Amino acid sequence: MEDIKYVFDVKKDDFVRAGETSSKVKKILRELGIDSSIIRKISIAAYEAEMNIVIHSTGGQIVLEITPGVIRITANDRGPGIADVELAMKEGYSTATDRVREMGFGAGMGLPNMKRCSDRLYVTSSEGTGTHIVIEVDLKAGEQGE
Amino acid sequence: MLVRDAGEKIGLKLLAGEAGTSREITGVYICDLLSWVMAHAGKGDAWITVQTHANIVAVAALLELGCIIIPEGVEVEEDTLRKAEDEGVPVYQSGLSAYGIAKELYRMGIE
Repeated sequence: MEDIKYVFDVKKDDFVRAGETSSKVKKILRELGIDSSIIRKISIAAYEAEMNIVIHSTGGQIVLEITPGVIRITANDRGPGIADVELAMKEGYSTATDRVREMGFGAGMGLPNMKRCSDRLYVTSSEGTGTHIVIEVDLKAGEQGE
Repeated sequence: MLVRDAGEKIGLKLLAGEAGTSREITGVYICDLLSWVMAHAGKGDAWITVQTHANIVAVAALLELGCIIIPEGVEVEEDTLRKAEDEGVPVYQSGLSAYGIAKELYRMGIE
């Protein structure tokens, strides 16, 4: 299987279209015949990364890369960045506004869900420059599809 | 049990997503926090929630949930129903409470 790469733009505050990127990611993986348990993990992680861009950033991109051994989701946004990444990793911690919380977001489970669904998670962020998240899930023999 | 049969037996009103009603319901999950649902709901679950915005359809589609059931007659936004129709995610409305719906589903053998 050759390396495959897709790039999706994600807009801030677009709650109607939010989730469409994760749906596209899922469809691509399904068409490639990737194992369903891997698809589920990537779908959840991609959704959380996408929602983080919609809720917390001024916009960004989700990149899907499929290589023979790894599926990688990269989320890049244009800011404002996370002040304390370690704190943001804690389940239940959220900086979401009341309006967003009323919609059922902001449970403080975004990054913890990404961690749970990945083999490796890298988060780099600083205030003013934006957040860069890499989620990797390993593909073992038999999970790779065609 | 098929989503369609469960919906009919307990008198749920189908608002959108009829294309998805021939899938199986295998469990029930009740929660209004979307990331919590993402973490814990299982494929085939009937998801009972008072959230009615379009993103609930994305959650249900990604997790391959059986259907969404909105309790206590809460109205659902047009955007949500359009998206549910497009994605084939059944969205039902009920006059019962979340617990009332869960009890009915349990009585039908969804344990």
